[in-house]
Amino acid sequence: MYAFDIERPTSVADAVAALKDEDALALGGGQTLIPTLKQRLAAPSKLVLLTGIADLQGIANDGDTLRIGGTTTHATVAADTAGSYPALADLASHIGDPAVRNRGTIGGSLANNDPSACYPAVALASGATIITNARAIAADDYFQGMFETALDDGEIVTAVSIPVPEKANYQKFVQPASRFALVGVFVAKFAGGVRVAVTGASNEGVYRWTQAEAALTADFSAAAIAGLSVDADNLIADVHGSAEYRAHLVKVMTGRAVTAA
Amino acid sequence: MTTVTMTVNGAPVSHDVEDRTLLSSLLRDGLKLTGTHIGCDTSQCGACVVHVNGQAVKSCTMFAVEADGAEVSTIEGQANADGSLNVIQQAFQDHHGLQCGFCTPGMVMSTVSLLKDNPKPTETEVRAYLEGNFCRCTGYHNIVKAILAASGQDVSAE
Repeated sequence: MYAFDIERPTSVADAVAALKDEDALALGGGQTLIPTLKQRLAAPSKLVLLTGIADLQGIANDGDTLRIGGTTTHATVAADTAGSYPALADLASHIGDPAVRNRGTIGGSLANNDPSACYPAVALASGATIITNARAIAADDYFQGMFETALDDGEIVTAVSIPVPEKANYQKFVQPASRFALVGVFVAKFAGGVRVAVTGASNEGVYRWTQAEAALTADFSAAAIAGLSVDADNLIADVHGSAEYRAHLVKVMTGRAVTAA
Repeated sequence: MTTVTMTVNGAPVSHDVEDRTLLSSLLRDGLKLTGTHIGCDTSQCGACVVHVNGQAVKSCTMFAVEADGAEVSTIEGQANADGSLNVIQQAFQDHHGLQCGFCTPGMVMSTVSLLKDNPKPTETEVRAYLEGNFCRCTGYHNIVKAILAASGQDVSAE
Protein backbone atom coordinates (compact mmCIF):
# COMPACT_ATOMS: atom_id res chain seq x y z
CA MET A 1 0.00 0.00 0.00
CA TYR A 2 1.04 3.58 -0.57
CA ALA A 3 1.14 5.65 2.59
CA PHE A 4 -1.91 7.59 3.74
CA ASP A 5 -3.33 9.05 6.92
CA ILE A 6 -6.46 7.75 8.62
CA GLU A 7 -8.88 10.18 10.24
CA ARG A 8 -11.38 8.88 12.77
CA PRO A 9 -14.28 11.34 13.02
CA THR A 10 -17.12 10.72 15.47
CA SER A 11 -19.78 12.77 13.67
CA VAL A 12 -21.10 12.87 10.11
CA ALA A 13 -20.31 16.59 9.92
CA ASP A 14 -16.67 15.97 10.79
CA ALA A 15 -16.47 13.12 8.27
CA VAL A 16 -17.95 15.30 5.51
CA ALA A 17 -15.44 18.03 6.35
CA ALA A 18 -12.54 15.57 6.29
CA LEU A 19 -13.67 14.23 2.91
CA LYS A 20 -13.41 17.69 1.33
CA ASP A 21 -9.65 17.16 1.03
CA GLU A 22 -8.56 16.20 -2.42
CA ASP A 23 -7.84 12.45 -2.72
CA ALA A 24 -9.60 11.61 0.55
CA LEU A 25 -11.71 8.44 0.55
CA ALA A 26 -14.34 7.16 2.96
CA LEU A 27 -13.54 3.84 4.65
CA GLY A 28 -16.41 1.66 5.82
CA GLY A 29 -15.67 -1.94 6.77
CA GLY A 30 -12.83 -2.01 4.26
CA GLN A 31 -13.57 -5.46 2.88
CA THR A 32 -13.28 -4.16 -0.68
CA LEU A 33 -11.24 -1.00 -0.20
CA ILE A 34 -8.39 -2.55 1.80
CA PRO A 35 -7.70 -5.26 -0.83
CA THR A 36 -7.91 -2.51 -3.47
CA LEU A 37 -5.32 -0.45 -1.60
CA LYS A 38 -3.04 -3.48 -1.31
CA GLN A 39 -3.18 -3.86 -5.08
CA ARG A 40 -2.29 -0.17 -5.38
CA LEU A 41 -5.42 0.32 -7.44
CA ALA A 42 -6.29 3.29 -5.24
CA ALA A 43 -3.91 5.87 -3.82
CA PRO A 44 -5.81 8.15 -1.43
CA SER A 45 -3.93 10.72 0.61
CA LYS A 46 -6.32 10.15 3.47
CA LEU A 47 -8.92 7.62 4.59
CA VAL A 48 -11.86 8.83 6.62
CA LEU A 49 -13.04 6.05 8.89
CA LEU A 50 -16.83 6.00 9.18
CA THR A 51 -17.23 3.12 11.63
CA GLY A 52 -16.57 5.31 14.67
CA ILE A 53 -19.68 7.42 14.00
CA ALA A 54 -22.45 6.19 16.31
CA ASP A 55 -25.22 7.84 14.22
CA LEU A 56 -24.44 5.56 11.26
CA GLN A 57 -25.03 2.31 13.13
CA GLY A 58 -28.08 0.22 13.85
CA ILE A 59 -31.49 -0.65 12.52
CA ALA A 60 -34.85 1.04 13.17
CA ASN A 61 -38.16 -0.59 12.23
CA ASP A 62 -41.39 1.38 11.92
CA GLY A 63 -43.38 -1.65 10.77
CA ASP A 64 -43.48 -0.88 7.04
CA THR A 65 -39.91 0.24 6.52
CA LEU A 66 -36.50 -0.58 7.91
CA ARG A 67 -33.96 2.16 8.28
CA ILE A 68 -30.49 0.66 8.38
CA GLY A 69 -27.51 2.82 9.29
CA GLY A 70 -24.74 2.97 6.69
CA THR A 71 -22.06 1.29 8.78
CA THR A 72 -24.28 -1.54 9.98
CA THR A 73 -22.42 -4.77 9.28
CA HIS A 74 -23.77 -7.64 7.23
CA ALA A 75 -23.69 -9.80 10.38
CA THR A 76 -25.89 -7.32 12.24
CA VAL A 77 -28.33 -7.04 9.33
CA ALA A 78 -28.51 -10.84 9.15
CA ALA A 79 -29.18 -11.15 12.88
CA ASP A 80 -31.51 -8.18 13.38
CA THR A 81 -33.79 -8.39 10.33
CA ALA A 82 -34.53 -12.13 10.53
CA GLY A 83 -37.97 -11.40 11.97
CA SER A 84 -38.82 -8.20 10.13
CA TYR A 85 -37.52 -8.93 6.61
CA PRO A 86 -36.37 -12.58 6.35
CA ALA A 87 -35.31 -12.38 2.70
CA LEU A 88 -33.01 -9.48 3.52
CA ALA A 89 -31.55 -11.36 6.51
CA ASP A 90 -30.99 -14.41 4.34
CA LEU A 91 -29.24 -12.33 1.69
CA ALA A 92 -27.01 -10.65 4.29
CA SER A 93 -26.14 -14.00 5.89
CA HIS A 94 -24.71 -15.28 2.60
CA ILE A 95 -22.43 -12.38 1.71
CA GLY A 96 -18.75 -13.36 1.79
CA ASP A 97 -17.89 -15.41 4.89
CA PRO A 98 -18.47 -14.92 8.64
CA ALA A 99 -15.34 -12.83 9.22
CA VAL A 100 -16.12 -10.61 6.23
CA ARG A 101 -19.71 -10.18 7.44
CA ASN A 102 -18.40 -8.96 10.80
CA ARG A 103 -16.63 -6.07 9.05
CA GLY A 104 -18.38 -5.30 5.74
CA THR A 105 -21.11 -2.66 5.83
CA ILE A 106 -24.34 -2.10 3.92
CA GLY A 107 -23.42 1.50 3.14
CA GLY A 108 -20.03 0.47 1.83
CA SER A 109 -21.57 -2.14 -0.43
CA LEU A 110 -24.13 0.32 -1.80
CA ALA A 111 -21.50 3.02 -2.32
CA ASN A 112 -19.20 0.60 -4.15
CA ASN A 113 -22.00 -0.86 -6.33
CA ASP A 114 -20.03 -3.91 -7.37
CA PRO A 115 -21.89 -5.44 -10.33
CA SER A 116 -21.99 -8.80 -8.52
CA ALA A 117 -22.82 -7.57 -5.02
CA CYS A 118 -25.99 -8.68 -3.23
CA TYR A 119 -27.18 -5.52 -1.47
CA PRO A 120 -27.87 -3.56 -4.67
CA ALA A 121 -30.41 -6.28 -5.59
CA VAL A 122 -32.41 -6.01 -2.37
CA ALA A 123 -32.24 -2.22 -2.44
CA LEU A 124 -33.48 -1.96 -6.02
CA ALA A 125 -36.12 -4.69 -5.72
CA SER A 126 -37.48 -3.23 -2.48
CA GLY A 127 -37.66 0.30 -3.87
CA ALA A 128 -35.28 1.48 -1.17
CA THR A 129 -34.17 5.05 -0.60
CA ILE A 130 -30.47 5.70 -0.14
CA ILE A 131 -30.00 8.46 2.42
CA THR A 132 -26.82 10.51 2.39
CA ASN A 133 -25.49 13.41 4.39
CA ALA A 134 -27.00 15.70 1.73
CA ARG A 135 -30.18 14.12 0.35
CA ALA A 136 -32.37 11.07 -0.18
CA ILE A 137 -31.98 9.17 -3.48
CA ALA A 138 -34.47 6.61 -4.79
CA ALA A 139 -32.79 3.31 -5.66
CA ASP A 140 -34.14 3.65 -9.22
CA ASP A 141 -32.02 6.80 -9.61
CA TYR A 142 -29.11 5.71 -7.43
CA PHE A 143 -27.58 2.76 -9.32
CA GLN A 144 -26.02 4.14 -12.51
CA GLY A 145 -23.85 1.36 -13.88
CA MET A 146 -20.93 -0.87 -12.91
CA PHE A 147 -19.31 0.71 -9.81
CA GLU A 148 -21.24 3.91 -10.62
CA THR A 149 -23.79 5.57 -8.35
CA ALA A 150 -25.50 8.94 -7.99
CA LEU A 151 -23.16 9.80 -5.09
CA ASP A 152 -21.08 12.93 -5.47
CA ASP A 153 -17.45 13.06 -4.36
CA GLY A 154 -17.32 13.11 -0.59
CA GLU A 155 -20.99 12.20 -0.16
CA ILE A 156 -21.61 9.58 2.55
CA VAL A 157 -24.34 6.93 2.64
CA THR A 158 -25.69 7.54 6.13
CA ALA A 159 -28.59 5.07 5.95
CA VAL A 160 -30.79 3.09 3.63
CA SER A 161 -34.54 3.04 4.04
CA ILE A 162 -36.01 -0.26 2.86
CA PRO A 163 -39.76 -0.86 2.49
CA VAL A 164 -40.70 -4.37 3.65
CA PRO A 165 -42.61 -6.31 0.98
CA GLU A 166 -45.46 -8.79 1.54
CA LYS A 167 -43.29 -11.57 0.14
CA ALA A 168 -39.72 -11.70 -1.08
CA ASN A 169 -36.89 -14.06 -1.90
CA TYR A 170 -33.33 -13.85 -3.14
CA GLN A 171 -31.74 -16.59 -5.21
CA LYS A 172 -28.00 -16.41 -5.74
CA PHE A 173 -26.19 -18.67 -8.18
CA VAL A 174 -22.66 -18.37 -6.84
CA GLN A 175 -19.48 -18.23 -8.82
CA PRO A 176 -17.88 -21.18 -7.06
CA ALA A 177 -14.47 -19.63 -6.41
CA SER A 178 -15.36 -16.10 -5.33
CA ARG A 179 -18.85 -16.91 -4.01
CA PHE A 180 -20.03 -13.64 -5.51
CA ALA A 181 -23.25 -13.82 -7.48
CA LEU A 182 -22.72 -15.14 -10.99
CA VAL A 183 -26.39 -14.22 -11.19
CA GLY A 184 -28.56 -13.16 -8.27
CA VAL A 185 -32.26 -12.31 -8.49
CA PHE A 186 -34.28 -10.58 -5.78
CA VAL A 187 -38.06 -10.72 -6.17
CA ALA A 188 -40.23 -8.50 -3.94
CA LYS A 189 -44.04 -8.56 -3.98
CA PHE A 190 -45.77 -5.42 -2.70
CA ALA A 191 -49.48 -4.60 -2.62
CA GLY A 192 -48.88 -2.29 -5.57
CA GLY A 193 -46.91 -4.75 -7.70
CA VAL A 194 -43.84 -6.93 -8.03
CA ARG A 195 -40.27 -5.72 -8.45
CA VAL A 196 -37.46 -7.92 -9.77
CA ALA A 197 -33.81 -6.87 -9.48
CA VAL A 198 -30.92 -8.73 -11.07
CA THR A 199 -27.29 -8.56 -9.94
CA GLY A 200 -24.17 -10.23 -11.30
CA ALA A 201 -25.47 -10.45 -14.84
CA SER A 202 -25.14 -7.10 -16.55
CA ASN A 203 -22.31 -4.89 -17.70
CA GLU A 204 -24.47 -2.05 -16.38
CA GLY A 205 -24.61 -3.49 -12.85
CA VAL A 206 -27.86 -4.17 -11.01
CA TYR A 207 -31.06 -3.67 -13.06
CA ARG A 208 -34.78 -4.34 -12.98
CA TRP A 209 -36.30 -7.00 -15.21
CA THR A 210 -39.46 -5.05 -15.96
CA GLN A 211 -40.97 -7.66 -18.29
CA ALA A 212 -40.98 -10.18 -15.45
CA GLU A 213 -42.32 -7.57 -13.04
CA ALA A 214 -45.39 -7.01 -15.26
CA ALA A 215 -46.01 -10.73 -15.67
CA LEU A 216 -45.57 -11.44 -11.95
CA THR A 217 -47.77 -8.52 -10.91
CA ALA A 218 -50.57 -10.12 -12.97
CA ASP A 219 -49.83 -13.65 -11.75
CA PHE A 220 -47.27 -14.29 -9.00
CA SER A 221 -46.10 -17.73 -10.09
CA ALA A 222 -43.06 -19.18 -11.84
CA ALA A 223 -45.38 -20.19 -14.69
CA ALA A 224 -46.10 -16.52 -15.36
CA ILE A 225 -42.56 -15.94 -16.65
CA ALA A 226 -42.24 -19.24 -18.52
CA GLY A 227 -42.89 -17.59 -21.87
CA LEU A 228 -40.46 -14.71 -21.35
CA SER A 229 -36.91 -14.64 -22.62
CA VAL A 230 -33.95 -12.60 -21.40
CA ASP A 231 -31.93 -10.68 -23.95
CA ALA A 232 -28.22 -11.57 -23.66
CA ASP A 233 -27.16 -8.21 -25.13
CA ASN A 234 -24.97 -6.31 -22.68
CA LEU A 235 -24.84 -9.15 -20.18
CA ILE A 236 -21.45 -10.06 -18.70
CA ALA A 237 -19.48 -12.70 -20.58
CA ASP A 238 -16.34 -14.06 -18.91
CA VAL A 239 -14.49 -17.28 -18.17
CA HIS A 240 -17.19 -18.24 -15.67
CA GLY A 241 -20.12 -17.98 -18.03
CA SER A 242 -21.23 -16.59 -21.38
CA ALA A 243 -23.82 -13.85 -21.73
CA GLU A 244 -26.32 -16.44 -22.97
CA TYR A 245 -25.67 -18.60 -19.90
CA ARG A 246 -26.29 -15.66 -17.61
CA ALA A 247 -29.46 -14.78 -19.52
CA HIS A 248 -30.70 -18.30 -18.96
CA LEU A 249 -29.82 -18.11 -15.27
CA VAL A 250 -31.72 -14.83 -14.81
CA LYS A 251 -34.95 -16.55 -15.78
CA VAL A 252 -34.23 -19.72 -13.81
CA MET A 253 -33.31 -17.84 -10.65
CA THR A 254 -36.32 -15.54 -10.99
CA GLY A 255 -38.60 -18.56 -11.16
CA ARG A 256 -36.95 -20.13 -8.13
CA ALA A 257 -37.26 -16.90 -6.17
CA VAL A 258 -40.98 -16.61 -6.98
CA THR A 259 -41.60 -20.20 -5.93
CA ALA A 260 -39.61 -19.81 -2.70
CA ALA A 261 -41.09 -16.42 -1.75
CA MET B 1 2.69 7.49 13.28
CA THR B 2 -0.31 6.79 15.46
CA THR B 3 -0.27 5.15 18.88
CA VAL B 4 -2.58 2.15 19.10
CA THR B 5 -3.59 1.09 22.58
CA MET B 6 -5.48 -2.15 22.95
CA THR B 7 -5.82 -5.32 24.97
CA VAL B 8 -4.29 -8.42 23.41
CA ASN B 9 -5.11 -11.73 25.05
CA GLY B 10 -5.96 -9.86 28.22
CA ALA B 11 -2.78 -7.80 28.43
CA PRO B 12 -2.72 -4.07 27.69
CA VAL B 13 -0.38 -3.08 24.85
CA SER B 14 0.52 0.19 23.22
CA HIS B 15 2.41 0.49 19.97
CA ASP B 16 3.23 3.17 17.40
CA VAL B 17 2.22 2.26 13.87
CA GLU B 18 1.95 3.87 10.47
CA ASP B 19 -1.72 4.43 9.63
CA ARG B 20 -1.48 1.95 6.76
CA THR B 21 -0.30 -0.85 9.06
CA LEU B 22 -2.61 -3.84 9.03
CA LEU B 23 -3.71 -5.43 12.28
CA SER B 24 -2.02 -8.67 11.15
CA SER B 25 1.28 -6.81 10.71
CA LEU B 26 1.04 -5.15 14.12
CA LEU B 27 0.38 -8.51 15.78
CA ARG B 28 3.17 -10.34 13.97
CA ASP B 29 5.87 -7.71 13.45
CA GLY B 30 5.10 -5.28 16.26
CA LEU B 31 4.00 -7.60 19.05
CA LYS B 32 5.83 -10.74 17.82
CA LEU B 33 2.64 -12.78 18.06
CA THR B 34 3.45 -14.84 15.00
CA GLY B 35 0.76 -17.45 15.61
CA THR B 36 -1.55 -15.32 13.47
CA HIS B 37 -0.59 -16.36 9.96
CA ILE B 38 -0.76 -14.40 6.74
CA GLY B 39 -1.62 -16.83 3.98
CA CYS B 40 -3.04 -14.90 1.08
CA ASP B 41 -3.07 -11.28 2.25
CA THR B 42 -6.18 -10.83 0.06
CA SER B 43 -8.84 -11.70 2.68
CA GLN B 44 -9.59 -15.04 1.09
CA CYS B 45 -7.85 -17.67 3.19
CA GLY B 46 -8.68 -16.91 6.84
CA ALA B 47 -5.31 -17.95 8.30
CA CYS B 48 -5.18 -14.48 9.91
CA VAL B 49 -8.54 -14.67 11.73
CA VAL B 50 -8.43 -13.12 15.20
CA HIS B 51 -11.19 -11.80 17.43
CA VAL B 52 -11.75 -8.08 17.85
CA ASN B 53 -14.23 -7.27 20.61
CA GLY B 54 -15.36 -10.89 20.45
CA GLN B 55 -15.97 -11.03 16.72
CA ALA B 56 -13.96 -13.04 14.21
CA VAL B 57 -12.27 -10.79 11.66
CA LYS B 58 -9.57 -11.18 9.05
CA SER B 59 -6.72 -9.24 10.61
CA CYS B 60 -5.11 -8.70 7.20
CA THR B 61 -8.18 -6.73 6.15
CA MET B 62 -8.39 -4.29 9.02
CA PHE B 63 -6.05 -1.46 9.91
CA ALA B 64 -4.27 -1.58 13.25
CA VAL B 65 -5.60 1.88 14.15
CA GLU B 66 -9.14 0.50 13.78
CA ALA B 67 -8.38 -1.79 16.73
CA ASP B 68 -7.46 1.16 18.96
CA GLY B 69 -9.28 0.64 22.24
CA ALA B 70 -10.39 -2.87 21.29
CA GLU B 71 -10.01 -6.22 22.97
CA VAL B 72 -8.12 -8.50 20.62
CA SER B 73 -7.61 -12.20 21.09
CA THR B 74 -5.31 -14.38 19.02
CA ILE B 75 -4.35 -18.02 18.90
CA GLU B 76 -1.72 -17.32 21.58
CA GLY B 77 -4.54 -16.59 24.01
CA GLN B 78 -6.50 -19.79 23.45
CA ALA B 79 -4.71 -22.34 25.62
CA ASN B 80 -6.00 -23.11 29.08
CA ALA B 81 -4.54 -21.18 32.02
CA ASP B 82 -2.21 -24.06 32.85
CA GLY B 83 -0.83 -24.05 29.32
CA SER B 84 -2.64 -27.17 28.17
CA LEU B 85 -4.55 -27.15 24.89
CA ASN B 86 -8.14 -25.97 25.07
CA VAL B 87 -10.99 -28.25 24.01
CA ILE B 88 -10.91 -27.13 20.39
CA GLN B 89 -7.13 -27.31 20.06
CA GLN B 90 -7.11 -30.75 21.72
CA ALA B 91 -9.82 -31.96 19.33
CA PHE B 92 -7.76 -30.79 16.34
CA GLN B 93 -4.85 -32.83 17.69
CA ASP B 94 -6.94 -35.90 18.59
CA HIS B 95 -8.71 -36.03 15.23
CA HIS B 96 -5.75 -35.04 13.08
CA GLY B 97 -7.46 -31.81 12.03
CA LEU B 98 -4.25 -30.47 10.57
CA GLN B 99 -1.34 -31.52 8.44
CA CYS B 100 1.03 -28.62 7.75
CA GLY B 101 -0.73 -26.50 10.36
CA PHE B 102 -0.54 -23.22 8.50
CA CYS B 103 -4.31 -22.65 8.44
CA THR B 104 -4.84 -23.97 11.97
CA PRO B 105 -4.70 -20.69 13.94
CA GLY B 106 -7.47 -19.27 11.77
CA MET B 107 -9.42 -22.50 11.89
CA VAL B 108 -9.29 -22.54 15.68
CA MET B 109 -10.27 -18.88 16.00
CA SER B 110 -13.20 -19.33 13.61
CA THR B 111 -14.26 -22.43 15.54
CA VAL B 112 -14.27 -20.50 18.81
CA SER B 113 -16.69 -18.02 17.19
CA LEU B 114 -18.84 -20.74 15.68
CA LEU B 115 -19.27 -22.67 18.91
CA LYS B 116 -19.99 -19.51 20.87
CA ASP B 117 -22.96 -18.75 18.58
CA ASN B 118 -23.94 -22.34 17.83
CA PRO B 119 -22.74 -24.81 20.49
CA LYS B 120 -23.97 -27.94 18.64
CA PRO B 121 -23.57 -27.24 14.92
CA THR B 122 -24.44 -29.78 12.26
CA GLU B 123 -21.78 -30.86 9.79
CA THR B 124 -23.45 -28.65 7.16
CA GLU B 125 -23.32 -25.67 9.51
CA VAL B 126 -19.65 -26.30 10.28
CA ARG B 127 -18.77 -26.47 6.60
CA ALA B 128 -20.77 -23.32 5.85
CA TYR B 129 -19.11 -21.44 8.70
CA LEU B 130 -15.64 -22.38 7.44
CA GLU B 131 -16.33 -20.83 4.03
CA GLY B 132 -13.68 -18.19 4.69
CA ASN B 133 -11.01 -20.54 6.05
CA PHE B 134 -8.95 -22.42 3.50
CA CYS B 135 -6.99 -25.60 4.17
CA ARG B 136 -4.91 -26.95 1.30
CA CYS B 137 -3.84 -30.18 3.05
CA THR B 138 -6.66 -32.00 4.73
CA GLY B 139 -9.66 -31.81 2.43
CA TYR B 140 -11.46 -30.51 5.54
CA HIS B 141 -12.79 -33.91 6.63
CA ASN B 142 -10.81 -34.15 9.86
CA ILE B 143 -11.17 -30.44 10.59
CA VAL B 144 -14.95 -30.81 10.48
CA LYS B 145 -14.69 -33.96 12.58
CA ALA B 146 -12.52 -32.19 15.16
CA ILE B 147 -14.99 -29.31 15.42
CA LEU B 148 -17.94 -31.64 15.87
CA ALA B 149 -15.98 -33.52 18.54
CA ALA B 150 -15.04 -30.25 20.25
CA SER B 151 -18.76 -29.43 20.44
CA GLY B 152 -19.27 -32.65 22.41
CA GLN B 153 -20.86 -34.61 19.59
CA ASP B 154 -20.08 -38.25 18.91
CA VAL B 155 -17.86 -38.58 15.85
CA SER B 156 -16.93 -42.24 16.29
CA ALA B 157 -18.88 -43.16 13.14
CA GLU B 158 -17.30 -40.40 11.01
